[in-house]
Amino acid sequence: MSKSIKIRKGLDVNLIGEADKVIADAQRSQFYAIKPADFHNTVPKMVVKVGEKVKAGSPVFKDKYNMDVNFVSPVSGTISDIVRGEKRRILSVLIEADATDEYETFDVSNVGSLDTAGAKAFLMNAGLWPFIKMRPLDIIAKPEDTPKAIFISGFDSNPLAPDYDFTLHGKGKEMQAGIDILSKLTTGKVHLTTRSANPDDALKGVTGCQQNKITGPHPSGNVGVQIHHIDPINKGEVVWVVNAQDVAIIGATALTGKYVPKRLIALTGETAKNRKYYRTLIGTTVKSVVDNNIEGENNRIISGNVLTGEKVEMDDYIGFYHSQITVIPEGNEYKFFLTKGWLGLGFGRFSASHAYPSWMSKSKKFNVDTNLNGEERSYVVTEQYEKVFPFDIYPVQLVKAAITNDIDNMEKLGIYEVAPEDFALCELICTSKVQSQEHIRTGLDLIQKECM
Amino acid sequence: MKFLRNIFDNAHAKLNKSEKTKKFFPLVDSLDTLVFTPNHTTQKGAHIRDAIDLKRTMMFVILAMIPCLLFGIYNAGHWHYHALGEAGGYMDNFMSKLGMGAWYVIPIIAVSYAVGLGVEFIFAIKNGHAVQEGFLVSGMLIPLIMPVDVPLWMVAVATIFAVVIGKEVFGGTGMNIINVALTARAFLFFAHPTSMTGDNTWVAGIKEMKESGTLVPGPDGFSGATSLGELAGAKAKYAEAAIAASKGKAESVVNGLIEKGDAMATKATSMMDSFWGFEVGSVGETSAFAALLGAAFLLWVGIASWKIMLSFFVGGLSIAGLLYAMGGNPFYEVDPIQQLMYGGFMFGMVFMITDPVTAAQTGTGKFFYGFIGGALGILIRMANPAYPEGVMLGILIANVCAPTIDHMVIRANVKRRMKRLKTA
Repeated sequence: MSKSIKIRKGLDVNLIGEADKVIADAQRSQFYAIKPADFHNTVPKMVVKVGEKVKAGSPVFKDKYNMDVNFVSPVSGTISDIVRGEKRRILSVLIEADATDEYETFDVSNVGSLDTAGAKAFLMNAGLWPFIKMRPLDIIAKPEDTPKAIFISGFDSNPLAPDYDFTLHGKGKEMQAGIDILSKLTTGKVHLTTRSANPDDALKGVTGCQQNKITGPHPSGNVGVQIHHIDPINKGEVVWVVNAQDVAIIGATALTGKYVPKRLIALTGETAKNRKYYRTLIGTTVKSVVDNNIEGENNRIISGNVLTGEKVEMDDYIGFYHSQITVIPEGNEYKFFLTKGWLGLGFGRFSASHAYPSWMSKSKKFNVDTNLNGEERSYVVTEQYEKVFPFDIYPVQLVKAAITNDIDNMEKLGIYEVAPEDFALCELICTSKVQSQEHIRTGLDLIQKECM
Repeated sequence: MKFLRNIFDNAHAKLNKSEKTKKFFPLVDSLDTLVFTPNHTTQKGAHIRDAIDLKRTMMFVILAMIPCLLFGIYNAGHWHYHALGEAGGYMDNFMSKLGMGAWYVIPIIAVSYAVGLGVEFIFAIKNGHAVQEGFLVSGMLIPLIMPVDVPLWMVAVATIFAVVIGKEVFGGTGMNIINVALTARAFLFFAHPTSMTGDNTWVAGIKEMKESGTLVPGPDGFSGATSLGELAGAKAKYAEAAIAASKGKAESVVNGLIEKGDAMATKATSMMDSFWGFEVGSVGETSAFAALLGAAFLLWVGIASWKIMLSFFVGGLSIAGLLYAMGGNPFYEVDPIQQLMYGGFMFGMVFMITDPVTAAQTGTGKFFYGFIGGALGILIRMANPAYPEGVMLGILIANVCAPTIDHMVIRANVKRRMKRLKTA
């Protein structure tokens, strides 16, 4: 029984700078990193020391509150540094890579016949557990939970996002193996939701899961939207979510017994050159993909997409969950109000508001920069978030409850169903420039601390 | 541009030199951000942001008020000359009417902005935050809903009251419960009723004219009262007649009262005149046409809510229609559509009830909110014996109701979610 959903609310952000559907090999980076910050609210407990040798798949640190969950090295090499910040918080663990990878081998002879506990143990041991996240809270799943369903979004609708039909092409076997093992984790169903009329065989061909269709603008690809319309989360319930590309990594490991975290990173954005899909491994440097591929000086490099990604520099490392790098111009210049500023005619400026003429050319692709285009203000305009927020939830009221740490109202207004990424469009179009994603994150952290 | 930029950079540098001058930062910053969209970039969350900001939103509302303002200036001049018997046709002496209108209206605008922004700056410096743009709109709304002959000191006092009590005590722009401009008007309405109602305030300079005897009533017996004033008077005469009849007074007395009432009612302007705005009233409110031009613009750019406007109109129309069906006096017997063209109803529908800060915030709530505002406004106007115009009060009451309306709508949403939990 598959479901077909149509959403009307939302906004496709059409930007200049899509990646061509060509695959190139990124240079092998000298260093790879695992950053605890990528795993929100996870406290790492190191299991290696600087100078120790690791293989690809060897644990580097564990979750302090759940010592079964391994965070493993993407390559074989030597632990070269543990970078610490304030209060000795671990920022990243650097691994100096060997020329070729040696792999830790995991026993996969009986993967097909594992029970729930066995499947969990396999995933945690092989470093695959961090790919599974949970809703509510949008953090790594807790192994002791029993999710009522597992949701996989078969596409990414974010601006300039990689095309899963392309990146997953030919990975049907891995997808199937991934879904097989994931389906052991839940008492309910595994949902795979796709957008296009004819998704790639790797997505279409898999069995053992419920195939759903969703049409409509971004955020239709956000798994939270899909959950809300297919099987909404109530207080006390837990749903797990996995990115489709990560399902393939899980499947590959289950098939081969080796942890090979291959990623196709889409290099996108207006000021990126040679915009292609780069084949590399999780944890690689930004440089290995972006080097020599940038035009101009004054740019922002984003690991991820422009809505939810993270600002990085050349020497930083690509985020664990990211399969995209976006490069756009920085907007750190003053704009005279009548020409480029707030009262200009504004042809060609991106805006969802009808106060700029650009809404009339829907298919036009825009160039954007990182200017805030105004200053933060109190909420004045109403019913603005609702237009891009396809939930039966009052978004502004929820953000306000989060700002005021009002747990009771957050619960009532539906905090359990949302993740910060669901508010990215609200934040984008906000007249008052309110940082809604951050507010929701803080609200979720409070809920985790007090209620879960 | 470079030149201007340097001026601001220098000013900032000078202010930053000492702790004493630092607190004046909001002054320079407000001007700076008015002239230049600042170079702030996104640091957290989404890396790109919509080009819209509060300044543009507010400025567009001001643009939408320009037809009302221009017509109001002309209209003030027209009735000034009309009272002197020198007006001629509508287009005669056009330039001198504009000039005379501007002579009376521009000072009200200047006082409203100067005083209001002054208060805003004081609060900004005291609280150390930037000046938010809310008053840009309020500062223009206040002159448009004042009688043209209102003393300037009253405008100043009302503006201070509105900004301090109506807005800043709640936390400034975005936090107020009731509409700031209407707070100013309501303050004067109750504190200085003789300057806000009656027949001595709607025409520029009419008091002096009456004192010096230069007022020319003309063939239409122009008294200086608004159409609504005349109609309310007519209604009062009918009420008197009814009382007289019940006390068994002579028929001639009763009929005399009714005749007086009818005579007053005939002074109310025609449907077309009140649609175009050729009648006395507050500066910007008279022309339904100008307000509708503003409405078209606001709806086109998506800043005002059509839900509120529509439901406000329907609310007003239903009460006007209901009382029309009841009949019984000239006020009730005005065609319902014409009833809505009188007074501040159309202006209130476009610029007042739609103020997003004081309106209901939920989509469903907006329909209830607008309806309540429109219905109460017309009900107070027509049924209440004390106030000839009720739109202001209707909107203020709707403002007060808005949070409750939202609360109900949101509670329904919460209940829906709770129900899902039980069935699951």
